[in-house]
Amino acid sequence: MSTTKPQVHINEDYEKLYGFHVPEHSVFKAEPGLDEEKVKQISGMKGEPAWMLETRLRAYRYYNNKPMPVWANTELLNSIKFDDIYYYLKPTAKRGTSWEDVPPEIKETFDRLGIPEAERKFLAGVSAQYESESVYHSMRDDLQKQGVIFLDMDTGLKEHPEIIKRYFGTVIPPADNKFAALNTAVWSGGSFIYVPKGVKVEMPLQAYFRINAKNMGQFERTLIIADEGAEVTYFEGCTAPSYSSDSLHSAVVELIAMPHAKLRYVTIQNWSKNVYNLVTKRAIAYEGATVQWLDGNLGSRLTMKYPGVYLMGRGAHGEVLSVAFASDGQHQDAGAKMIHAAPDTSSVITSKSISKGTGRTSYRGLVKVYPGATNAKSTVRCDALLLNQESRSDTYPTMEIDEKRVQIGHEATVSKIGDEQLFYAMSRGLKEQEAMSMIVNGFIEPFVKELPLEYAVELNRLVQLEMEGAVG
Amino acid sequence: MGSGSNGGAGCRPARTERAGISALWGGAPEEKMTKESPIHPLLLAIDDLHISVEGKEILKGVTLRVNAGEVHALMGPNGSGKSTLSFCLMGHPKYQVTAGTVLYKGEDIAGFLPDERAKRGMFLAFQYPTAIPGVTIANFLRAALRGVRGADVPVKEFRQTVKAQLKALGIPDSFMNRYVNDGFSGGEKKRLEILQMAVLSPALAVLDETDSGLDIDAMKTVASGINTLRSTERGILLITHYQRLLNYIKPDAVHVMVDGRIVRSGGPELALELESKGYEGFRPPLEPASVSGA
Repeated sequence: MSTTKPQVHINEDYEKLYGFHVPEHSVFKAEPGLDEEKVKQISGMKGEPAWMLETRLRAYRYYNNKPMPVWANTELLNSIKFDDIYYYLKPTAKRGTSWEDVPPEIKETFDRLGIPEAERKFLAGVSAQYESESVYHSMRDDLQKQGVIFLDMDTGLKEHPEIIKRYFGTVIPPADNKFAALNTAVWSGGSFIYVPKGVKVEMPLQAYFRINAKNMGQFERTLIIADEGAEVTYFEGCTAPSYSSDSLHSAVVELIAMPHAKLRYVTIQNWSKNVYNLVTKRAIAYEGATVQWLDGNLGSRLTMKYPGVYLMGRGAHGEVLSVAFASDGQHQDAGAKMIHAAPDTSSVITSKSISKGTGRTSYRGLVKVYPGATNAKSTVRCDALLLNQESRSDTYPTMEIDEKRVQIGHEATVSKIGDEQLFYAMSRGLKEQEAMSMIVNGFIEPFVKELPLEYAVELNRLVQLEMEGAVG
Repeated sequence: MGSGSNGGAGCRPARTERAGISALWGGAPEEKMTKESPIHPLLLAIDDLHISVEGKEILKGVTLRVNAGEVHALMGPNGSGKSTLSFCLMGHPKYQVTAGTVLYKGEDIAGFLPDERAKRGMFLAFQYPTAIPGVTIANFLRAALRGVRGADVPVKEFRQTVKAQLKALGIPDSFMNRYVNDGFSGGEKKRLEILQMAVLSPALAVLDETDSGLDIDAMKTVASGINTLRSTERGILLITHYQRLLNYIKPDAVHVMVDGRIVRSGGPELALELESKGYEGFRPPLEPASVSGA
């Protein structure tokens, strides 16, 4: 066959589309590095209640005391220069509710990323975060009238302190892990969403996270509560300029699905390859509630992210459907956690990963069934596709089943981009690059078909399945 | 694919000397397996073909002619080299031609990729069709038809073409939305192969054990599908282990392959002889002292 190996292009146009940066005009930028004074400074500038400052300081101590995880890619983790990171950068003095209110270079950035356009076309609400703060926020009037709250977290804390105080850190406590502790100490921005009982938000709410400055640390904090019978889809996207020095993104996302609520959280993570993306995401699903995480990881140097669902009420259902692309120098260490703590709960984990060149993907998962969670059902499926000889994929599934009456299934496959599949398709008249593209597209189809159409289009734009060195 | 240690030359001759195309096209003086009548142009001319896989010689000098309009049955025990021949004809990169030639419509196809062979009208129905999860048969088949024709196929025309064939093969329309061979039963896989053959309408179809693993009803359906595709323009090379398929598809010629060589050729009666004697009776009494061309 052809002597050049066909290639899948992942983020080939990143520099042009996302890797740019605009001049920095911050109104406040903390010195790099972190200490207790900086934590106080951030809280003080935000004019927070005392309990939040206490929470931050407590979390900061946890962060300091907790060792770096030793079970992950320690080589990459230990290469992060935490003292060079800027932990807080306020880009503008005020937050806009119309794009005209947003400073021109920031508006230009979001224009280039297509956010206002997407907002006009298919979104019910948009939040745009730039560095540490939300710079733009809006939601459709009809949702406001129905009592839906969609704010950035800082505004949420000011306007609804009682809800935040009640739920903040209840799904992911500050001491959960080192990076959750870091986020709790220095969090800024993120989304706060409350959907009242029975309200169904039909179009997605979207948040976009953009880093512009060098050595930036972004620590957004998100809390979404879907009250009884409510339904909502939340989408988040993120990008950053390509720099030679590292940036850090460490978010905490807490979801609460009250009885019979449906919560869907979609991520297309596309940080530049100098960003370390160390994120904690977890949901609680009560009786009859459904939580679905759709998690697409394309960017970052190292991602560590294991979205989880605690199935706390009878009949609760959790899903994690993820796809990860790792190109040269990237490690996507992603996975899922499903905790069955009630009878008749069910969960589905589907993990798809593609490694290209020296790219590395890992699936790390936990399915736990507590005693008494009778008739719990869980299906885990992870498929890895390796495009090159040097590509790597590892699977670390953990099952802790403490109840007898359960149905648990696990299936894992690792395949090279199949020579036999290529031959079969080519024997039917498909050119090599077309065959390859079809196979890869088919591989990620289970993920793509769950995405709302607009995001599927976005994903297809990022993963260009055109091949180099094609014959003909 | 195929950038293996052999330099990626998939199913191509290791040596470059070839017999003149015109000499073969005009009818070589050596043994003729079938009559070459002027109305039936020679579709496939295989001459003294030697094939190695990972250094081991599997085909040890095969010569075979298939004219348009003819159905040839190639029979032989497991491991005799039948599938090797079929993969090689379609250009599988793992199979190394060490000697001999394959001419298709008078053209030496040694350097052609599988898709280039398909585009010229060659088709292989796989013994073990490969699954392509996530790719619907509709998308796959449309891409294949576009590849073979070298031009886009209007949706309407594509639908009509497929619909007629689905009906003929007794396949429900919903089949088109399933993923290629993904979770298919043996019978479904074989029917999909025949469907693809019918839609792509090749000039030369090689069917590799299309009858294996089928119950009698499924085999009848598949056989009638193949019979429908018999035409004066098309040549069919039917590779089969058992004689039973030939009860439903009457071949013009039967060849028996044993240990990488065609040991006997004849008419349909040869298949019956095989049925009664088994392959043992066709094994050469002694291995030749040396392999030609070594």
